Amino acid sequence: MSSTRPDALPDGGKLSALNDWVNARFPLKKMWDEHAAEYYAPKNFNVWYVFGVLSMVVLVIQLLTGLFLTMNYKPSSAEAFASVEYIMRDVEWGWLIRYMHSTGASAFFIVVYLHMFRAMLYGSYRKPRELVWIIGMLIYLALMAEAFFGYLLPWGQMSYWGAQVIVSLFGAIPGIGESLVEWIRGDFYISDITLNRFFALHVIALPLVLLGLVVAHILALHEVGSNNPDGVEIKNTKGPDGKPLDGIPFHPYYTVKDLVAIVIFLIAFASVMFFAPEMGGYFLEHANFEPANALKTPEHIAPVWYFTPFYAILRAVPDKLMGVILMGLAIGLFFLLPWLDRSPVKSIRYRGWIYKLALTLFAICFVGLGYIGVKPAVGIYPLLGRIFSVGYFAFFLLMPFYTRIDKTKPVPDRVTYHD
Amino acid sequence: MTRWLLALLVLAGLPGFASAAGGGAAYEHANINLSNQASLQRGARNFVNYCMGCHSAQYVRYNRLAEDIGLSEDQMVTNLMWAAEKPHETMEIAMPGSDAERWFGVTPPDLSLIARARGKDYLYTFLKGFYLDDTRPAGVNNIALPGASMPHVLWELQGLRRAQIETDAEGHEVISGYETVVEGQLTEEEYDSFVLDLVNFLVYIAEPVKLERERLGVWVIFFLLVFLLMSYLLKQEYWKDVH
Repeated sequence: MSSTRPDALPDGGKLSALNDWVNARFPLKKMWDEHAAEYYAPKNFNVWYVFGVLSMVVLVIQLLTGLFLTMNYKPSSAEAFASVEYIMRDVEWGWLIRYMHSTGASAFFIVVYLHMFRAMLYGSYRKPRELVWIIGMLIYLALMAEAFFGYLLPWGQMSYWGAQVIVSLFGAIPGIGESLVEWIRGDFYISDITLNRFFALHVIALPLVLLGLVVAHILALHEVGSNNPDGVEIKNTKGPDGKPLDGIPFHPYYTVKDLVAIVIFLIAFASVMFFAPEMGGYFLEHANFEPANALKTPEHIAPVWYFTPFYAILRAVPDKLMGVILMGLAIGLFFLLPWLDRSPVKSIRYRGWIYKLALTLFAICFVGLGYIGVKPAVGIYPLLGRIFSVGYFAFFLLMPFYTRIDKTKPVPDRVTYHD
Repeated sequence: MTRWLLALLVLAGLPGFASAAGGGAAYEHANINLSNQASLQRGARNFVNYCMGCHSAQYVRYNRLAEDIGLSEDQMVTNLMWAAEKPHETMEIAMPGSDAERWFGVTPPDLSLIARARGKDYLYTFLKGFYLDDTRPAGVNNIALPGASMPHVLWELQGLRRAQIETDAEGHEVISGYETVVEGQLTEEEYDSFVLDLVNFLVYIAEPVKLERERLGVWVIFFLLVFLLMSYLLKQEYWKDVH
């Protein structure tokens, strides 16, 4: 076990000397210890705790495949669509890289949504982890922007009209709306100029923001320590050596455990990528195989699935400005979770039936809104959209009341763990 | 471990769920087979002979096509390559889009990706779905795309038919059947199989790598399963001393 630590190289060897030389000049061992070998994580993590590391795996997949796509993609309205087909047909392994990237985009949101839900299950956003949560929410915002800019790049019909719909939302802002929309597009309609700037934002600006925020997210987490399914602070019970009794070093215990999770994730990822890259039109929309045409509006414009819960909230409101405000609020309220939640306990394991019911209803509303967002606004869908929207907001706005009156169970001093 | 297996099962089920969720419109099912090279070759012949007068497939390269559907370069040059000089060229056409728009009202779309945009069943229904309609400029309408601008290019093969229109209980006009006006050169079964080959070809050109990716996918997942076993055993070994 100790051989995996850079400070434990054979004494007197050349490598050991090199190691000392580096550590005298750069905090290599210090960083390794702080974040891996001597970072004590609770030993009772369950399956919900793998989605953080999986998000990082997807981030790396997206950065690497994106780099290679950029080598052959042409960000111009005349060539973009054809260059994607060139990648799919003529570039060696281009199809594989492109499918990795398109599958990765959806996979990113799947793991991030599950990661966020985990935080809501076990109260991971509660004191002292408010900043971990807020930085995480900023990552989510940056990720949405990254996905939105990236979706224009293939220059298909849905790229074009999806961007058209979303950019035009800013037009609802009174007074400056129209000029703001023009400023974002750089033109009077979505054009070559828009494509160029979205490309720049997608491949440079937002990846840098994302990387910076991910580092901050992990630094903040390692400063306060990880939460766990019991919501017990392991730092409160330390042994004589000053190490948490319920903590185990992240490396090697969680590196090997996460490896299993990563392989399982890759199996799912490869199943989609090799056997259903379009995912029935949800990961790659059918209409996006037609080149963008500014003169032909598609019959049914639906954003990609990961935006549809918010799109459904937008459509649930008859007034455009109010819709945009509520859509912004739907995301903004997440930032306030640490202060909306007044329960004396963190984990759902020790909460009463009210919070369990509220979280279940919220999950149903969120998935329901996502489903309605991909459907045309006909029949029962608009009504359902409104009901789910009310449920969505009620979860947040009523939280200070129901979490206070909810009956909780006593929290143990130590985490529960069975061999 | 049981929870992990459960999670794996759910994730493995996702692609199946997605394909079940797709489609749904009342198109006739096109039972194509991408591994049937003879069918793809007939489809390529049909495409070059009947479609490429007006429709290009600008992302499809002749030499790649020949290799994938099992033709030698010579066979391809003599039988398929009417509209190009060199085998590495793509399936472009000579008709200018502006002329086409004047003649048909719309530029005939490039067909490289039509199968991914509209689906194989739509194409199958469309190619079988022409019927006489005097109100349309080309004299025919289509069951899959009402108001289609495309003339019935395959009329000599299928023949021409008139729709019998009835009014249903809700007052909508529906097609209840067809009567043949001109007999075609092919029987109904022969025409169906002609169209099926063509659709098979269109599905192939929309994603030439499809068979290859599925073949590779099996190996990748096989490798990952072995890797999963190894990593699981490694995890168990380390976690033995966590109590």
